[in-house]
Order: sequence, then C-alpha cells, then structure tokens
Amino acid sequence: MTELISSGLVRGLGIGSTYALLAVGFVIIYRATGVINFAQPALMILGAYATSVLATGAGLPFPVAVLAAMAVLAAVGMATERVALRPMVGRQPFAAAMVTVGVLTVLFVVAHRLIGTQVRTVGDPWGLQRAELFGVSVAQVDLAKIVVSMVAIGAVGLFLARSRLGLAMRATSMDQEVALAQGVDVGRMFSLAWGISAALAALAGMLIGTSAGGFEAITALVALKALPVVIVGGLDSIKGAVYAGLLIGVAEALTRLYQPRYAEWLGANVDVVVPYVIMIVVLVVRPYGLFGTREVERV
Amino acid sequence: MTVDTGVPSGRERAERETGLRVRGRGRGLRVRGRGVRGRPLLYTSYAADQAIWNTPAKRGWTLALVGAVLVLPFFLSRDLTSLVTTVFIFAIGGIGLNLVTGYAGQVSLGHAFFMGLGAYTAAVFGGAGSDQVIGWGLDMAIWLPMAGVVPALVGLVVAPLAVRVRGLYLAVLTLGLVFIGEHVFKEARSITGGAGVGRAPAEPVLFGMDLRERYHLFGYILSREAVYYFVCFAIFVVLAIAARNLTRSKPGRAFAAVRDRDVAASMMGISLRRTKTLAFTVSSFYAGVSGALLVMVIGRVTPTNWNLFLSIDLLAVILIGGIATISGSILGAAFVVLMPRIVSELADVVPFISTSPSGGFLSVFQLQTMLFGALIVLFLVLEPRGLYGLWVRVRNYWKAWPFSY
Repeated sequence: MTELISSGLVRGLGIGSTYALLAVGFVIIYRATGVINFAQPALMILGAYATSVLATGAGLPFPVAVLAAMAVLAAVGMATERVALRPMVGRQPFAAAMVTVGVLTVLFVVAHRLIGTQVRTVGDPWGLQRAELFGVSVAQVDLAKIVVSMVAIGAVGLFLARSRLGLAMRATSMDQEVALAQGVDVGRMFSLAWGISAALAALAGMLIGTSAGGFEAITALVALKALPVVIVGGLDSIKGAVYAGLLIGVAEALTRLYQPRYAEWLGANVDVVVPYVIMIVVLVVRPYGLFGTREVERV
Repeated sequence: MTVDTGVPSGRERAERETGLRVRGRGRGLRVRGRGVRGRPLLYTSYAADQAIWNTPAKRGWTLALVGAVLVLPFFLSRDLTSLVTTVFIFAIGGIGLNLVTGYAGQVSLGHAFFMGLGAYTAAVFGGAGSDQVIGWGLDMAIWLPMAGVVPALVGLVVAPLAVRVRGLYLAVLTLGLVFIGEHVFKEARSITGGAGVGRAPAEPVLFGMDLRERYHLFGYILSREAVYYFVCFAIFVVLAIAARNLTRSKPGRAFAAVRDRDVAASMMGISLRRTKTLAFTVSSFYAGVSGALLVMVIGRVTPTNWNLFLSIDLLAVILIGGIATISGSILGAAFVVLMPRIVSELADVVPFISTSPSGGFLSVFQLQTMLFGALIVLFLVLEPRGLYGLWVRVRNYWKAWPFSY
C-alpha cells in the first residue's frame, strides 16, 4: 500500500504535473496562434541547462537561478516567435507547425553543443531526501514537482483570468481581427504567449532535471510526452492539460511499478509508450480530446 | 444522324483555322500530332493538357535527365553511387509522404514507422533465418512487393483513426505511431533482432540473380553499388510515374479536394473515408518499399533507427522540395541526401567547422542538422513551394525573357 502511494501515485502526480506544465505551454501557444509548438522540447532542455549554469556554475541561490533561467528562456521564446513564426501569420497552421519542427532541429543542436555529452545536474535543494506525508514516506522531489507546477499553472491561470493583458490574450485567441479592432496589439500577444510558454518549459526542464541521474541533451525528448497530454486534454483547454497531465503521469508511474510484475511479456520500458496508447484510445472515442472545443464546420 | 445546319462545327472551324485534320469524335478536339505546329503550348484536348510531358521542353529535359542518370554510375566513385541510390530511395519515401501530406493534406509524422515496417517485412520474407531471427529467404520479386503490401495493410488499419481526427491532432497521433512502433520493433526480437543488435537485411536476389555479384555490361564491370543503383532507379521511375498518374486521375483530384476543404469535398460527393484511407494506404506502400530498399543499400540497422528524426528527414524532403509535386519530392530528396555530403566536403575549407565531434565551433554533423532545420524554416517562410517553386520562378522568368512579365 505504501508502495502504491509513494512510487505509484505521488511519483505519478509528480511526473504528471511536469507534463501538465509543459502541456499548458502548448495550449497557450495553440490558443494564441493556432500552432502546435514542436520546439517545446528544445526550449525545455535549454531551460534545464540555463538553470544548471546559473545555479551550479554561477552560484546563484536556487530560486533566483530558476527565475533567471525562466526569464532567459522567455526571451529566447519571444525571439523565436519574432524571427520564425511572425512571418507565418495568416498561413496554414500545418505550415507554421512545420516551421516549429525546423526550430526544434536548430535549437536541439544548440542544446547539444552547449551541454555536450556529459550529464549535468540543476543543483536543486531536494536531492534524494524524503518527507513524511500522512504516515507514508515520499520523495521530497515529487512533492516539489507537484507544488511548483501547480503554483505556476495557477499563476498563469490567474493572469489569464484577471489581468488586462490576460483578457487581451483571451480576446486574441477568440478572434484576432476583432481583438485588433478593439485596440489589442495582436503581435504582442503572440510574443507574450511564446514568452510565457517558454518560461513554463524552462521551469518544467528544471523539474525534469532534478531526477537522480541528472539530465543530458537527449532528455529533451521527454517533453514530447506532453504532446499526447495536450491531445488527451484537448488542444485548447488549460483545464484539460492539467487533468490529462496528471492522468498520464499516474498511468505511467503505475505501469512502471506493476507492468514488470504482471505483464512482463510487454517488454522493457513500456511506460514510455503508455502516454501514446492512452492518446490513441481517447482519440478513438473523442476526436477533440476530453475537454477540447469541437470545431464547428461551415461550408 | 447528322443535321447540316450550315454553321461550321467546332471541328470544322478548327480544321480551317489550323490547316490540320482533326480526328477523334465527341470528346473534345484532338489534333493529329502533339499540339499545333509551332505553337507547343496550344492544347486542343483535355488529355493533351493533362499529359505528364505536355511540353516539348519537358520531354526533352526528362529524356536528357534519364540519359544522364543512366551513365552516371560509370563516372562516379562507389560511395557516391551509393549516395545517389539513397537519393532514389528517399525520393520514393518522399513521394509517398507527399501523396498523403501534400496532395491529400493529412499531416503524417509517422512515416519512419512505415519505413521500418517495410524493412522488417522484407527481412522476414527475404532474409536468412537463424535460431535468433525468422527469415524465409524468398526472392526479391516477392519480398519487395510484400515490403509495400504489409505496411499498406497496417496503413489501412490506422486510416480509420485518421478519418476521425483532423489537422494537428492527426500530426500528434502519427507521432505516437513512431514511438509505439519503436517500442514494438525493440521488443519483437525474433523479427527485428532486438535493440542494439539489429539484423541483416533481406538478401538481394532478384529472379534468381544475386545482385551482390559483379556483372559485365558493354565491357564495363558493374560494381555492387552500380547494380543497386540501376535496380533502385528502375523501381523509383515506376513508382514515380505511378504516383504522377494517380495524382492526375480521379482519386488524385479527390485528394486535392479533401485537402483544400474537406467539408466542401464531402458535399460534392467525395467520400472522405475512402479518399483518406486510399491516401494513407498508398503512402504507406511507398514508405515500406523505400524502407526495404534503404536497408538493402546501407546494411544492418537497429530498431532505434526508425525514429522521429527519420520522419523529420522525410518531411524535410517534401517541405524543401515542394509540397504536392512529384518532381519537387525528387529535388527535395536529392537536396536532403546530398547536402550533408556537400557540407562535410566544405568542412576542410571553411575554418570554423571542425571534423571532430566535439572540438571547434560546430562539428560537421551539428552543422548539417542545424542547416537542415534552418532551411526548413527558410523555405516555409520565403518560398512555400520549395525548390520546385524556385524552379518555376526561374522558368517563368526565361519564358517571358526579355520582358519582365
């Protein structure tokens, strides 16, 4: 029972909240610009690298280093949007999504070049310590993942719901032309969306980098698991991203825990494909995800 | 029964004006010979307009190109011959992806999976069996078609999902195929040899002739690379013409209609289910064949080779080459396969590129990958029609020369 809670549920919620964080980044960009940002994995790993450099290299206090890394990545995200994505406004979403695939390739090489072949750590304060939660010993890092992610997502949600800028962003995602007519600087909203999304990716990168083995450039591919998460949740739903992230995280952790014991014939590392299997099953039943808006078709 | 109204019919008028006899009845006008003398761009029938080689220039250049390709291996070194063979193979895969993504508008990031499936189907049907892996050692005349048919059947199974799901949802769905496929390939050890080990490809024995032996042709000794080259070129030509014919036939026009507006297409009586299923099936067939040929040329591969980056390579073929054009896919394949080689040749000349993996500002491999990404972005932003679009611009400029328009 304690095993189920500590290495099943709590770890799953920990991973899941990281996925949720990445997925919210996808959703924000999708809502603002109608594009899936395939470059998110590269932004995430660059975020982990920036945190690592600032915290262990420059010796900044850890929270300061994390915030600074988020700021750096927000700048990278905004620059990417301005250079590569802004010229694609008004073109097919497919073409713009393919541009982000190109951006992924470029930034991934940059990450490889910066990180090199060695394994880095982000210098987080949690390490392997454990905490007592309702009489069950759980890893501190899992709790930290849940708390940090939920606080960040909550802050973004609050920003979108309450602030003037958030209102402008929501207006942009509903109808760009009308928003423009109301005096919203739509270009700035695109930029802002990429900035927020890249900052969230950096935070997620830091959380992924806390794993006991550290991180390398190839760890970036973990972020691709946030894609099934956004699909399961629905591409345009922040609520969906959070629920689906947690669901897939827990499913993955439970698979890792029980599959070697009960379904060994499925082979090693089945947990890697679990998100995709869940995605396919959900898509068969609901083509727009659990919380996604059904597209209205007009001829 | 004909009634003479005294008014000249369309055919009579055409005969009078062009001075040529018109044959054929009913369906439009067909002037004997191709086009009208001295006016090659005047088409007098729909069929002439829709012909693959509808201008003398296209006929001439295609013939010249085929001639050049046929004599090329006699002048190239063996490794360059192999490289050009890879161009043909990527062109086959690229044409397949272009059918589903370019013509039918269904984004697929999953083509690496279908290529892998084709390669392993070929290995099972044509490879040598052992106590570790299954292999039936059949002839290439069997394993090559099977390498297309089995992925096509799997494509047929996946297609219903694609019918339900649209746009970017589909892109991510097919991305999932790559990851699930990679896992299955790793685990199905008796078929694929397992992770990190891999298995030898199918044996290239075509109609009882072992392609690995040396053959004599017009007094030349053909190396193994040259034999592969000609075989792959022949398959490529057949598949390319078949694809071109598909796209200018009824299903091809249905593809374009579905791509441009699927709701409108279904209002016009085009079955979305049938069209998308056909696109996926044909496209998977092409991918499977190209996967099987690819391992034949490059040799043993492990299951992890069929990954997302191979899919991105194929996407680059059609994005750089030109969406929804067959000749664009060929240009793109040439570009994507030859570009890394050109970069590594340049590395000796340009100072800041190092040939070692870690030293210098950028290694060759890193520069190749980076150029790749940058070029995808540049083409999409500046010339969405790709290399084919650049060619069209050049052609149109010279067509009207010396007038600018």
